[in-house]
Amino acid sequence: MHFGLSDDEKALQEAARKFAREVMRPRSAHYDEKSEFPREIITQAAELGFMNMTLPAEVGGLELPHVAQALIAEELAWGCSGMATSMIANDLALLPLVLGASAEQKERFLRPFTGDPTRLASFALTEPGAGSDVAGLRTTARREGDFYVLNGQKQWISNGEYAHHFTVFATTDTSKKHKGLLCLVVERTLPEGFTTGKHENKMGQRASNTVTLNFDNVKVPVANRIGEEGEGFLLAMSTLDNSRPLTAMFAIGIARAAMEHALDYSRQRQQFGKPIAEFQAIQFMLADMAADIEAARLLTHKSAWLLDDGQRNTLVSSYAKRFAADMAMKATTDAVQIYGGYGYSREYPVEKLMRDAKLIQVYEGTSQVQRIVIARELIRGL
Amino acid sequence: MPLKILVTAKRVEDAESKIKVNPAGTGIVPDGLKYKINPFDEIGVEEALRLTAKHGGEVVVVSIGTKDVQEQLRHALAMGAHKAIWVNHTGPLDQLAIAGLLQKIAEKEKPDLAILGKQAIDDDQNQVGQYLAEWLGWAQATFASKEESLESDAEKSKTPALKLAADGKSITVVREVDGGLQTVEAPLPAVATTELRLNQPRFASLPGIMKAKSKPIEEHTPASLGVDATPKLTVTKLEHPPARKAGIKVPDVATLVDKLKNEAKAL
Repeated sequence: MHFGLSDDEKALQEAARKFAREVMRPRSAHYDEKSEFPREIITQAAELGFMNMTLPAEVGGLELPHVAQALIAEELAWGCSGMATSMIANDLALLPLVLGASAEQKERFLRPFTGDPTRLASFALTEPGAGSDVAGLRTTARREGDFYVLNGQKQWISNGEYAHHFTVFATTDTSKKHKGLLCLVVERTLPEGFTTGKHENKMGQRASNTVTLNFDNVKVPVANRIGEEGEGFLLAMSTLDNSRPLTAMFAIGIARAAMEHALDYSRQRQQFGKPIAEFQAIQFMLADMAADIEAARLLTHKSAWLLDDGQRNTLVSSYAKRFAADMAMKATTDAVQIYGGYGYSREYPVEKLMRDAKLIQVYEGTSQVQRIVIARELIRGL
Repeated sequence: MPLKILVTAKRVEDAESKIKVNPAGTGIVPDGLKYKINPFDEIGVEEALRLTAKHGGEVVVVSIGTKDVQEQLRHALAMGAHKAIWVNHTGPLDQLAIAGLLQKIAEKEKPDLAILGKQAIDDDQNQVGQYLAEWLGWAQATFASKEESLESDAEKSKTPALKLAADGKSITVVREVDGGLQTVEAPLPAVATTELRLNQPRFASLPGIMKAKSKPIEEHTPASLGVDATPKLTVTKLEHPPARKAGIKVPDVATLVDKLKNEAKAL
């Protein structure tokens, strides 16, 4: 067994750390307050290679190993998880193509992202009536000759207002449930009948752009279908297996930021004539944060390593996402507690982290869905 | 007119680490320390990359030390340097030995220009660039700075601050000196050393980091370069600067003036 990082991994981690520290974090309070899209920062991140990390070498991508992506994800989320969500949204949207597109489709749809890394992409799975119940989605794709005609609505779509590329999941027949799903690429330039809704006023991760997508008789060429009809569900689930380690690392980045703030503050804040770091009640919270962060990190690194090793990681990545998300919620809540009244004020950095952490328990599979996946894998006998 | 530029990448303690002197006062405690490229050197790498981006050419980066310094060489390669030279050496070095090693490398590589940090943030010697220029018999332009602010449009469009003459035979350097800026022209080959205000180094990109892996690192030793690296300088003792005494509050301006005049003798 070996827990050390390679020289490459250290260099990539350090590059992300520097970008997070010098570019993302100084602007994170501003974009949180305004809930604006941090275009300049996203562009700079893209140019430096912090987006589209998953693209294969065959289309000119970096094809970074999953462990390296995980290390980077922690740093980006430490800088600002809202911005990081916008950055990783591209990878999430492009993963179904990396996993299931033909060589021609990869050339047509993925190559443009290595030519112009500032292009944005959105993963469009969730609907107003279908969140955890993916197989219950109602966006329909009706075949008409060489086209599918899309009708329906997608909800909570990151980058949606600005994306050039949408990876959309729809059903050819709602009665077929998950066996009716297919995956289509919709390009912004293409369709009539495609509109995006207003930017959601969210509790946390407010720098990330989140909108609804509306499809009203949108014609999409059959040539834009990734995989076969009926393969959409599997593609969506495999994508989430790949992205779950990154989401878990976001939780770890947020929690680490919270712990560092809480540690600094508890050394400075004097009560009863001494720094509150000298009180066990505070120490225990800090000690739990430190141990839980490390546990979450090791678990998540393992879930990424399994992918690099060519193994299925559904179970371990669900452990990781569940544990890391719940851990970050607790760590950030405790950080606010350590700050006391100041923690509840927007003048101080920890309440943002608590709001941001909440989303990790919700998106890309709630903590409850992760438990269902874990239980199902367990009962099925792995 | 393409330029070949030699730059340095000294491995130094990261100023964000907690630096502690060991109880015997013979050195600092290495446990838990982080290391990085000397920020002045990083500015030198950046300036060299801007010059070669504008005029063509090659940037060769050199570092001296144990295998660990390859990390700093890789950093410079990831920023865009073309080739690295590692002088494999374990043990203390003084500025004379360092300048001697760089001299031999400069004689082998024959660069048009060497850009060094004006000093390293570990021991702040500020001597190597000057020795190197003297021993090579080259012109020197120390403390290269910039006329414009680092927030200026010129900086944002990454205009080199070291300017190459049209005939490619000399450089113009704006130097930071006591009380202002001085502009000097130096015939090439020359040695320049960098001030903090010269530029803002770029971020290493992920593609840059991955590409750096396949760039060559050439290995030398003091012996292979024919340099006796035995230090002529001995460090006798290190100690922390004395802790600052607490300040005092004065009730009004009159008292302040009185204290400045009669106690501090500053007026």
